[in-house]
Amino acid sequence: MTRKTYFLNMGPAHPAMHGVVRLILELEGERIINTEVEIGYLHRAFEKHAETETWNNAIPYTDRLNYVSPLINNVGFCLAAEKIAGLTVPERGQYIRVIACEVSRVADHLTCIGANAMELGAFTVFLYLMEARELLYRLIDDLCGARVTTDYARIGGVKADLPAGFAEKFRAIAPQIRKLVADSEALLTKNRIFLDRVEGVGVLSREDGLAYGITGPFLRSTGIPYDVRRAHPYLVYDRLDFDIPVGSRGDNLDRYLVRLAEIEQSLRLVEQCLKAMPEGPHSLAAWDMKDAFNFQDMGKSGNTALLSRCLANTCRTLEGAGRDKAPGLLVQEPALVMPPKEETYGSIEGLMNQFERVMWSWGARIPAGEAYHAVEGGNGELGSHIVSDGSDRAYRVRCRPPCLFIMAALPKLLKGSYVADVVATFGSVNMIAGELDR
Amino acid sequence: MIFETRTVACAQAFDTLSRLKAEGYNLLVDFTALDYSAYGKRPASMGWEQNFPSGAPAPRAERFELVYRLASLDPGTGLEAKPRVEVRVPCGEGSSLLSVMSLWANADWLEREVWDMFGIKFADRPDIKRLLLYEEFVGHPLRKDYPVKKRQPLIGPKSGELAGSPSFNIVRQEIPFE
Repeated sequence: MTRKTYFLNMGPAHPAMHGVVRLILELEGERIINTEVEIGYLHRAFEKHAETETWNNAIPYTDRLNYVSPLINNVGFCLAAEKIAGLTVPERGQYIRVIACEVSRVADHLTCIGANAMELGAFTVFLYLMEARELLYRLIDDLCGARVTTDYARIGGVKADLPAGFAEKFRAIAPQIRKLVADSEALLTKNRIFLDRVEGVGVLSREDGLAYGITGPFLRSTGIPYDVRRAHPYLVYDRLDFDIPVGSRGDNLDRYLVRLAEIEQSLRLVEQCLKAMPEGPHSLAAWDMKDAFNFQDMGKSGNTALLSRCLANTCRTLEGAGRDKAPGLLVQEPALVMPPKEETYGSIEGLMNQFERVMWSWGARIPAGEAYHAVEGGNGELGSHIVSDGSDRAYRVRCRPPCLFIMAALPKLLKGSYVADVVATFGSVNMIAGELDR
Repeated sequence: MIFETRTVACAQAFDTLSRLKAEGYNLLVDFTALDYSAYGKRPASMGWEQNFPSGAPAPRAERFELVYRLASLDPGTGLEAKPRVEVRVPCGEGSSLLSVMSLWANADWLEREVWDMFGIKFADRPDIKRLLLYEEFVGHPLRKDYPVKKRQPLIGPKSGELAGSPSFNIVRQEIPFE
């Protein structure tokens, strides 16, 4: 008697593969012997594109990375760029960024759990959680005018302050989200049909988790409480109180439970931020005031490109208008920060400033240098490694996508399980093709 | 985030990395490459004569630089016991690098991506596959000499061949039942 193995293609366009990815399963009967993961179907050359656009123009591309939690990508990119430029965002801006990130994280986890549950047959849960996500999307819509393509963070701050009534709106929807999540939990966590599909399936050991560089809820489900917000606090996370939920077995059930617990933690974080947020500016000033004669020196040494934008009116007298005759004369020098939209739409000078910032060779520059900054994304450590050569564009932008590392370990998770388990395990990965393929 | 940077020559890269792994750097956070061939040389556009008002940075001796980002994660506390290390390996076009797949499993895909995007080969991975792009793709797009607007030739089944993937529904050779 002989044993035959055969191949089964799953994807790239399979109803249970949310996102385009192709799994080539080698099967023996219904058991998976080997898996080959083929990715790249959504490759849009994000890294190449970001090198060709001015600094502020590259931010909208980051929305498309993890399109379920785009605000975190915006913030991650801006933090790395600010690290090279040596900028620190005002405190209110930092709180606003944390709020944006945590709202996004809740939406991300809701989507993951909802889609995963739907694929396992719990359609009600999907509808409940999509309703909760819809509440958050409306909040995000209020915040930045778009549901998914947010483009909210700016180098040096955020696009605008929180809209009027944001805190009240959040306080109104938070109990609704908690209720919907609690209902979903009641439908799933003790449900025999659900448990049979997820308990003990897709087990990841701690060693494999570390060997594959997995981070985020996936690693935490194995019991390692690694969270970038705790290990390398950025923004104001070191001042906020939150728990890091961990699992113990590293199976699909633990991942579901960890994500469920993180929803509550993120909601708590937003509530704390809304309470602790100080008044003040949300972004750095779009204009720096500098000594006018610095610009004169700059022009004399041959750097005249930016001088036409730095005009000062001096009162010419017979004594002349030299350095000693007009001490303390200040001139606006354009900084890296985009001017506020009110100015752009309110005056012709504002509109011209806006255009100049986003035009090649005109836009503000970040000094030569490089930086790596990591934020905790929906799926784990979302790193941005940016190299600047001092020109108007980034020299190299590397995005460390957390999904990629989990997908690399997928063959290990699937080995020995049944074809039906692919759906449950793959769903718990929360693969976002936009981030995976960039 | 604090990390120290170490620059290592191409030939010593594997030894240094395996020593670091032995020292407790159990997480390969990221591995990527940089192409320095246009560093400080990118032309200005929109009619501006110069792109570097505050002076262009010095060019690098080697064209590429590989960046290994390592962390030592304590599984108990979830914190990092030591500051992260960024190992930078300057290398040229034809240098012989060794794969670190044996040290960290995720290096497999990351090295495939570096090959895919930069065309940097690893001496002990002669038949390395592309990760994000398809095998018929010509060139390595993140190299600085790859034009942004370059079009790739269309690929498809040759005339007379059946469309479809080669691995679909093909029965492999039989494995004897033990």
